[in-house]
Amino acid sequence: MKKYPVSQLDSLFAAIAAKQRLYIPAGEAKTAAFQPWEEGMRLTAALNTVRSAKDLFFPQVENLVNFKVTGKQIEVIENRDPAEPFVVFGVRACDCRSFEILDKVFLCDPVDTYYETRRACGTVVTLACTEPEETCFCTAFGIDPTDPAGDVSCWISGEDLYLRANTEKGEALLGGLEMLEEGGEPVTDKTVFDRLPLQNLPLDKFGGEHMMELFRRAEWAGLAESCLGCGACTFVCPTCQCYDIKEFNTGDEIKRFRCWDSCMYSDFTLMSAGQPRPTQLERFRQRFMHKLVYYPSTHDGEFGCVGCGRCLQKCPISMNIVKVAKTLGEEKP
Amino acid sequence: MRQDPLIPMLAVVTDIRQDTPDVKTFRVVGLDGKKPLVHIPGQCAMLSVPGVGEALFSITSSPTNEEYLEFSIKKCGCVTDWLHAMEPGQQVTLRGPYGNGFPVDTDFAGKDLVFVAGGIGLAPLRSVINYVRHYRDRYGSVDIVYGSRSKADLVDYQEILDEWRREDGISVHLTIDNPQPDWDGHVGFVPNYVKELGFDTGKTVVMCGPPIMIKFTLAGLMEQGFPRNNIYTTLELRMKCALGRCGRCNIGDRFVCKDGPVFRLDQLDQLPDEY
Repeated sequence: MKKYPVSQLDSLFAAIAAKQRLYIPAGEAKTAAFQPWEEGMRLTAALNTVRSAKDLFFPQVENLVNFKVTGKQIEVIENRDPAEPFVVFGVRACDCRSFEILDKVFLCDPVDTYYETRRACGTVVTLACTEPEETCFCTAFGIDPTDPAGDVSCWISGEDLYLRANTEKGEALLGGLEMLEEGGEPVTDKTVFDRLPLQNLPLDKFGGEHMMELFRRAEWAGLAESCLGCGACTFVCPTCQCYDIKEFNTGDEIKRFRCWDSCMYSDFTLMSAGQPRPTQLERFRQRFMHKLVYYPSTHDGEFGCVGCGRCLQKCPISMNIVKVAKTLGEEKP
Repeated sequence: MRQDPLIPMLAVVTDIRQDTPDVKTFRVVGLDGKKPLVHIPGQCAMLSVPGVGEALFSITSSPTNEEYLEFSIKKCGCVTDWLHAMEPGQQVTLRGPYGNGFPVDTDFAGKDLVFVAGGIGLAPLRSVINYVRHYRDRYGSVDIVYGSRSKADLVDYQEILDEWRREDGISVHLTIDNPQPDWDGHVGFVPNYVKELGFDTGKTVVMCGPPIMIKFTLAGLMEQGFPRNNIYTTLELRMKCALGRCGRCNIGDRFVCKDGPVFRLDQLDQLPDEY
């Protein structure tokens, strides 16, 4: 375990940023985001960023490939966004777990090399939570917010930042920071997490073995009734990974790019032959069935939600995965 | 850096055949003039024209064709409109093959096969039919029930007349929706025709066609007592990646692009009916 005075975080960030690009969560609570660190930038006081940390590995828009079309001829032109080593500091335990969930989607055969490259370039430095928000429910998914994973885990305890390397990448990062001192153990207080209002989600009834029964539940109609289909939940979600592939004609070349998409949108599954999810009910059901049933069914029971609570904060009609889980998961009186 | 599965290879369309008023069959080879990929009957590939879009099509030719791939494509959207307007010699991009394909060398081996197709639904079955014809002694009897709106809408009509019909041990049963002067064959919808033909319920059924045809054909087959685990169909849903990641083509916890597109009826029974 290493330690460093919290009052001198600027120097620590400067030392990291001298070697590779550093992202930290910065900004006011309503706009906090992972941003490239620059002199004078402070860690946000907010617990979580508005958008998740997935952006760094699965950006909202990224180039795939370019084409040059001349008459009947096509030329394929490599056009990957450049990837350089970077460090992301201050990732919470929930977002860190989301990387594992995304890894299973993008790194299975055949590997998505765009995602793979960014994962290989990134060193994840997590930060233990001390003061959760009311919307937090990571513990429902077996995540310990006071002991986050990542290449390096950090704790702020008293006047010091404690740092522990968990991987070779993490060792390499800490090994290159000569200002760190050998430290003892941070003091962590878990009691506040035991009082979180949403931690006891009834998740026993979810998972692949209950697929058909859950799909057919009549309650979906009521749950989905007010959904606006805005897609905000999917955009702030650290585990949502649906994407679109689109093209843009620059006038000289065709740029083929990938961008986030949302299963909440009406044209997401629209075909010339018809629409398998014709109303918002089917789209709404798809999103939550994916997180709580379909993903676990194909990934050893692991849920596709990390309980970060972002969708609870952002949904304009205050509908969310907690209400879905409670409505469908609780025993009928 | 290894090649990303989303980056396509280049191919060239060497021949375009007008099959019906709205279906053309495209012959595709690699830039070296050879067959660009090896597939199993029922598998699909992503074709694209940069600037227009990318879409998934079933590979219509049989794997036993060692010279080229064929795609029978109905004109019904942006990409297909463009494909229908282009001329031979045009380069396109290609990636695949995708999907599981039909179990031609396992479950189908030694079986009596009944193919039931409607309209453009013959496209994916043509690959299987020609594979079965090539390895004729590996299979039992072969019946092909194929129907369309009119005689002009029968895809691959020439191949059916010149080759399939003339082959021993293959019975071709064609039907069109309404009578017309130059047609002396069966008239009526596919589901009714299948019922009339009264196949032995021990035969393996392989179906593809519009949802309404599938629905009523199935009802008939159930009535006649065909077991659900001996009926196969192939599905189509919107796809962008064909790798199980873009999130569009799942039916429950299965992805049509990689777990399908071929499903047995008893497998579909275990999934939500969202297709």
